[in-house]
Parts: sequence; structure tokens; C-alpha cells
Amino acid sequence: MCPICGERDYTEFRYGGDATKPRPSRETADPKVWHDYVFLFDNPKGLHREYWQHVLGCRQWLVLERNTATNEPGESRLARMDVVTCEGEPK
Amino acid sequence: MRPRYSALSLLRHAVAETPWPRAWRVPDPKPTYDVVIIGGGGHGLATAYYLAAHHGIKDIAVVERAYIGSGNLGRNTTLVRSNYVLDGNTQFFEYSMKLWEGLSHELNFNVMLSQRGQIVLAHGPSQMDVLARKGNIMRLNGIDAELLDRGEVIKLLPYLDHSGEARFPICGGLFQQRAGTVRHDAVAWGYARAADSLGVDVIENCEVNSFVIDGDRVRGVNTTRGRISAGRTAIAVAGHSSHLAAMAGLRLPIESHLLQAFVSEPIKPFLDHVISFGAELFYISQSDKGGLVFGGHIDGFNSYTQRGQFPKVQTVAECAVALIPSISRLRLLRHWAGIQDMTPDGSPFICRTPLRDLYLNGGWCYQGFKATPAVGWCFAHTIANDDEHPLSRCYSLDRFARGRELDDYGVGNWTYKQ
Ligand SMILES: Cc1cc2nc3c(=O)[nH]c(=O)nc-3n(C[C@H](O)[C@H](O)[C@H](O)COP(=O)(O)OP(=O)(O)OC[C@H]3O[C@@H](n4cnc5c(N)ncnc54)[C@H](O)[C@@H]3O)c2cc1C
Repeated sequence: MCPICGERDYTEFRYGGDATKPRPSRETADPKVWHDYVFLFDNPKGLHREYWQHVLGCRQWLVLERNTATNEPGESRLARMDVVTCEGEPK
Repeated sequence: MRPRYSALSLLRHAVAETPWPRAWRVPDPKPTYDVVIIGGGGHGLATAYYLAAHHGIKDIAVVERAYIGSGNLGRNTTLVRSNYVLDGNTQFFEYSMKLWEGLSHELNFNVMLSQRGQIVLAHGPSQMDVLARKGNIMRLNGIDAELLDRGEVIKLLPYLDHSGEARFPICGGLFQQRAGTVRHDAVAWGYARAADSLGVDVIENCEVNSFVIDGDRVRGVNTTRGRISAGRTAIAVAGHSSHLAAMAGLRLPIESHLLQAFVSEPIKPFLDHVISFGAELFYISQSDKGGLVFGGHIDGFNSYTQRGQFPKVQTVAECAVALIPSISRLRLLRHWAGIQDMTPDGSPFICRTPLRDLYLNGGWCYQGFKATPAVGWCFAHTIANDDEHPLSRCYSLDRFARGRELDDYGVGNWTYKQ
């Protein structure tokens, strides 16, 4: 489901990774914070939030809610509207 | 000790009226064990076997939530080879190859290793250079490898598309003669039977729901069949590593993805080798029953469903026909999916964890079946000695923090692109 184009076939979309992790602020120098951000995943069996791009449509990046135990898609919204931006920086 | 299988016992049973005895017991879980291994796939069973056979630890339970081999072990495309590039991987997978070569004797169970040879194809001069380098690395490590030019590939694999119309013209390949296939179910049964005869309890239909944690120490597991206390607890659950780790409060560098496999209707012997396409991730071989067995890339997004997506059928079939046009009229018999861990560098973990007495073998992407004997060998060592085996020291959990990634394909830090 694309918020702009409506319900479209899954093959039009491309997966773009985990959308639940807030990006550390640019000032963060602690390698552990960056390590955890880059390399660790919750990888839940159940509800998850992830990035997808509607490559063969409007080419917008989306944040999709999806159940990884059933593949059932939930709500999607434009990624730029999403709140997961740099921690401690203006949204 | 179970009766040994031999030509004589086969003959004796051919005339006897009694059926073959069960190959392993069906024990109820005891309240406590020295070692509890979670996951009755190839890795868990092999680990139990080597612990019992080589480390003198026999009070072991392997707890499996369904039946043994119901996970990726019974779903994979059974390819074994040792053509890796990076130090660490190269030696580990070659060790595994050597264990495969002696495994049927070691287990007294025919795992049907078929060293039919694998050819990785090149479709351009730069790919030939990459394969030449790979071949040189293998030979420097004492592994067999032979670089084939176009003429040699045509002679060996005449049925590939060598015409001027080929979408990806074939200009050569790298041949490993010792590579091949192994019967996957026999690996489950062989290790289970051998471990069982040394006293290991293989407990099926027993799912782990949580750990018994005491401070920074793991003291056992809670299962659907009650609590089992353990001196040491080991995770070997393939695609569910994150799920189990979360029960112990750990986050891992792993995402779970779907990988599919496909099998065609059976045909007469046609494809004598294992062939890997160079233009896409695609590989194909022929099973003893005659079906063409092939697979491609993961579906590409996290999922624990064990159900593959249909569009992949098309991509994989396109690869098959681009490579071997003559199979375009074959019908697909079945396709299925397994859940596999994907890590940021495509390499696994065989290591201790931040919790005491808890050990992890996980993060197995595409290469976990061929690794089975070496995983068992190294993971058993890790559990018995509370220390990594020299061969698997490179597969530690903190390698990303230390800048010691093992990205054999040079893909970069994307689990779903590895
Ligand atoms: C389609 C496909 C093709 C593949 N092809 C190849 C190949 O050609 N060559 C190769 O080298 N590798 C291949 N692989 C990878 C390989 O199959 C796996 O990496 C390997 O089998 C994983 O180890 P295992 O055998 O222990 O896994 P599994 O057989 O999956 O064992 C893990 C077990 O843990 C159990 N489990 C999970 N959670 C719990 C719990 N909470 N409690 C108790 N038990 C639990 C599961 O039921 C499962 O039986 C392929 C994988 C797939 C999916």
C-alpha cells in the first residue's frame, strides 16, 4: 500500500531495511552507539516497521508496518513524514 | 551402542521378518543435563555428536521444537564446496569439506556425499580475473581448483547456452572437483543416531520458550515440556537466532530472511555437476531422483513465515532458462522456503555470548549446510572449553566492533544484499 498510489503489487516495491532505529546525532563520537545503530537489529517475530521504496511507481520512500510472522502489511506513510530522524536534532 | 549397519546386517534383514529397529530413542526430557542444545538441525545434532564422541561430555539433550531436520537442514539444496576467498572462511570450509569426506565412516551412516564437482561460471574478462584470484587462493591453501577456459566449459557442460544469442556469454569458469552434494536427511539421521548411541537425548516436539537466567549466568531453559536445567546452554536454531537471543536479552547483528528452493519434475540423468551462474545468484544440480534442484537469492525482506513469494519463481526460472535453454519446457514440481539468518557481512557466529554458560551458533546465511560438520566440530569445542576453536575464532560476535568483518562477497553492510 502506497500512500500516494494506493494499493499496488508487491513487485513494484523495494525493501530498504529496518525503520525502527533512530539515527544517532551527528555529534555522537562513541563507537558503541554507532556500532549498535549500524549492526544490531531487533529482528522481531511479529510487528515491525521498515523502509520500502515504491521504485516502479512514485519512487517515494515509505515506512511500512508489517507483521514478520505472517507477512500481513499494515499502515504505510511517507518516510519523510516519519518521526525517526536524528536523535536530538530538529525534526 | 546400536547395531552397526553393514552389508552383512543388510543381508540379514533382507531375510529376517522383524523390521529394522528405530535408529534413535524417543526419550522424555530429564530435569537436568550437563549441556542442553537448542535446535535439532544439522548444527545442533553435529555439535551433540562431537561433544559426546570427542570431548567426553555425554549428558546432553538436543531439544527440537518440531522433528529433527524440519528446519533448513531438510529444506536446503545440499551443495557442499570450499571455494571461499577470505582467510578464516577458506580454512573453515575446507575443514568442513574434509570432515564430509570421512563422515559416512565416522557415523556408520551413508550420507551419500557425491563429489560431482562444481563449476562457477564467468561471463566476462573481469569475472575471469576474479575467479583466477579465487582459484589461486584456494590452491595456496591446498584446496583443489582449476580454471577453465571457454572451450573447456563447452566440453564439460555442452548443454549450456554457448550460442551467440546467450544473454550472458560464458567465457570460462572455476572448477572444484571435490565439491558436490550430500543427502540432507541422512545428515540429520546419521548424526542423531550416532549421538543417541553415545547417550545423547534427542528430544523432539519440545520448544524452548525462555531461559532460566541467574544474574549473568544461564542455567537452563523453560520448554513446552517443562523446565530443563543445564550446566551449559547452546543456541543452534538457524533462522530463529534473534528470537532466542531476545529471550536472553541480547540483540544480534542478524535479520531473518526467506530463501527458496525449487525442484523440477524428474528427468533422466542430464546435469552431472553443480553449476553456479555468474550473472546472478543462481545454482543448479540434479538430484538422484532426477529432479533439477535449483535456487537463487533470498526474497529480500525480513520474514519468519517460511513461505516464499511468487515473483521469485519467475526470476529464478529466468536464470535457469538463460543458462540452459533446453529445460524451458520442464514443469516445476515444488518450491519451498526456509528462514535463514542474514548478517551484515554474510558470515556466521560460533562463539561465547555476553552471558555466562550461553553459547551461540547462528548467523548462517547461504552457506550453513556445507558447514555442518565443521560447525559441530568447532561449536562442541567452544562449549566444552568455554573458548572459541582456532578455526572459528573469526566468527565472534564483536567482530564488527573490532573492524574484522568477513565479507567474502564484498557486498557491504546490508544483510538483505549479502
Ligand atoms: C532453501 C535453502 C537452500 C539452502 N541451500 C544451501 C546449500 O545448498 N548449501 C549450504 O551450505 N547451505 C544451504 N542453505 C543453508 C542451510 O540450510 C542452513 O544454514 C543450515 O541448515 C542451518 O543449520 P541447521 O541445519 O542447524 O538448521 P535447521 O535445520 O533450521 O535447525 C534449527 C532447528 O531449530 C529449531 N528451533 C527453532 N526455534 C526453536 C525453539 N524455540 N526451541 C526448539 N527448537 C527450535 C527449528 O525447528 C530447527 O529444526 C540453504 C537454506 C535454505 C533455506
